[in-house]
Amino acid sequence: MAATAPDQTDQGSYDVEFRSVVKHFGDVKAVDDVSFALKRGSFHSFLGPSGCGKTTSLRLIAGFEQPDAGAIEIAGQSVVGVPAYRRPVNMVFQHYALFPHMDVAANVGYGLRQRKPRPSESEVAARVAEALELVRLPQLASRRVWELSGGQQQRVALARALINRPTVLLLDEPLAALDRKLRREMQIELQNLQREVGITFVLVTHDQEEALSMSDTIGIMKDGKVVQFGTPEELYDAPVNRYVADFVGESNFFPGSVASTDREGATLVTASGLTLRAPYSRLGTRLSPGDRGSIAVRPEAIGLWRPTRVPAGLDVTRPARLLNRIYLGDHSEFQIEAEGLGPVLVRLPKSDEAQELEPGDQVVMGWNHERALALGEG
Amino acid sequence: MTDAATIQETRQRRWAYALLAPSAFWYLALLILPLIVVMVYSVGERAPTGGYQAAFTFDNYLNLGARWTAFKNTLTLAPAGTLICLLAGYPLAYFLAVKASPKTRLLLLILVIVPFWTSFLIRTYAWMFILGGRGLPQLLDFIGIEGVRFINTPFSVLVGIVYAYLPLMVFPIFVSLEKLDKRLLEASEDLGASPFATFRQVTLPLSAPGVITGCMLVFILLMGEYLIPQMLGGGKVFFIGNALVDLFLQSLNWPFGSACAMALVVIMVVTVTLYLKATRATGGRDVSLV
Repeated sequence: MAATAPDQTDQGSYDVEFRSVVKHFGDVKAVDDVSFALKRGSFHSFLGPSGCGKTTSLRLIAGFEQPDAGAIEIAGQSVVGVPAYRRPVNMVFQHYALFPHMDVAANVGYGLRQRKPRPSESEVAARVAEALELVRLPQLASRRVWELSGGQQQRVALARALINRPTVLLLDEPLAALDRKLRREMQIELQNLQREVGITFVLVTHDQEEALSMSDTIGIMKDGKVVQFGTPEELYDAPVNRYVADFVGESNFFPGSVASTDREGATLVTASGLTLRAPYSRLGTRLSPGDRGSIAVRPEAIGLWRPTRVPAGLDVTRPARLLNRIYLGDHSEFQIEAEGLGPVLVRLPKSDEAQELEPGDQVVMGWNHERALALGEG
Repeated sequence: MTDAATIQETRQRRWAYALLAPSAFWYLALLILPLIVVMVYSVGERAPTGGYQAAFTFDNYLNLGARWTAFKNTLTLAPAGTLICLLAGYPLAYFLAVKASPKTRLLLLILVIVPFWTSFLIRTYAWMFILGGRGLPQLLDFIGIEGVRFINTPFSVLVGIVYAYLPLMVFPIFVSLEKLDKRLLEASEDLGASPFATFRQVTLPLSAPGVITGCMLVFILLMGEYLIPQMLGGGKVFFIGNALVDLFLQSLNWPFGSACAMALVVIMVVTVTLYLKATRATGGRDVSLV
């Protein structure tokens, strides 16, 4: 596993640390020997499909679950056995979980009122106003929560979670209930907010775009394990295996069995008998002859031409038929059926001459080896 | 608004009236009219041979003090019974709604309902035996505690009340607790509230509608209770309901009975109004029943 190695000499710079954490629910291993360390003041995401263990990891940090084995530290302090209400961590819940019997100000001030000694009402009022200012909702303090729109509820939940100045802010799919435009807006706002307050944010999401656009580091999870831990660039450019490449961005995968390997890459033979070669991913697993593997090619790495206009010097060229073209403004997506490769997705910019092609046209598709990756399954 | 919309609305309203008519008639014939009759009787006189004789006098009301014990018993034991039902019922409802697994929940709910399969009269007779001289007191006597008497005491009436009315308290509270979003409890805990603080600030206020409904239900029915004080209170611990039966059927003093009934109605209206006002005042912005 490629998690940031916990650095013994630099303990103080991590806000959340998992060491070999295990959590079972009955027979299911929700979190299976997970280790990672999240840098202080960073924006971190856990990305994966539902049931991959990302929400359980978040709940372990929050204190709603206790690990069956392993160590969890928050700001260098072990929190194993410490209940949620004694942890310096606050959470923005998936459906916000605002208290319906309280107005906005009472919701936001709730955390302060739990403190011992309890701050004076004038102090609470001042801090609530400050927090609502922070999420840009100052005029709504006396509203009932059900009168608010989804986006406003989201901000109230944020203000409520931030008012106690937690060491770590946890966000459980906070944008899932918002429409696309508002989601984009909130992504930018969350990022700005994180920089402003300097608190470590931990986000759980199944939306790769959300994770890629907001995070400093991302942990891709599968079946209770962290498959890859790294920056968005690392995950996109150097996925450890096909699972990660599939989850981050889009790729065409051409599976096959490994025929030969060298230091730089591997040569695979597909079921249809094609021989494809590609370099290894920088962080990927190395393959051996006989292994199952995939050649991964991003849609933007593939070119499309009329049969008479194919440029020279391509490593792979295959005749294909154009099935469909989807216009997406500054670029278009082409669905093609390539001989021996099956359905392939190609993405080309507006300026490309392939834009004139029509569905049904016979075309040639091709790419260069160095733009593909040889990845292991998993 | 267009004409078509107006016609549509009139038509809908007509339907609504038509559907409400049967229950409106029922209320008029069986609640309002009898109430007027009782009101009229209450200012009348007892006929020499018993029953009602037309008159206009407030003597019956001035004489209410003669039934002071019945009023006192009702007004102490009904609130006390409601309170005990609440204190015993809330934890049960909480356990059923929040803690119990679906399987246990179903089993326990069935157990709460099962007693209703037997006649209430028979179950109260059973309590008569349990609390009577040959029941618990004999058992206590056997282990050396002598001279304990349960039957015909306020205690035995309370036992009967709690036994009979507990489910009426449990169900509304159970329903309101079951609707409660459990994530709110996690949110509260996450924000630093201990389990007790969470209960006080989130669970209890959000289950208040169930508590209010349960209390109203139990209290109103208890105010008119007749059977339990009759059987477990003997002639000693009697409610207004028992006094009414006595006045109407034994002494045949209908006007005085009517005055007692009116007094009961007035007391009920006043207490219920005050209670609802009080709970609404605290149940608004800063909800907290404790």
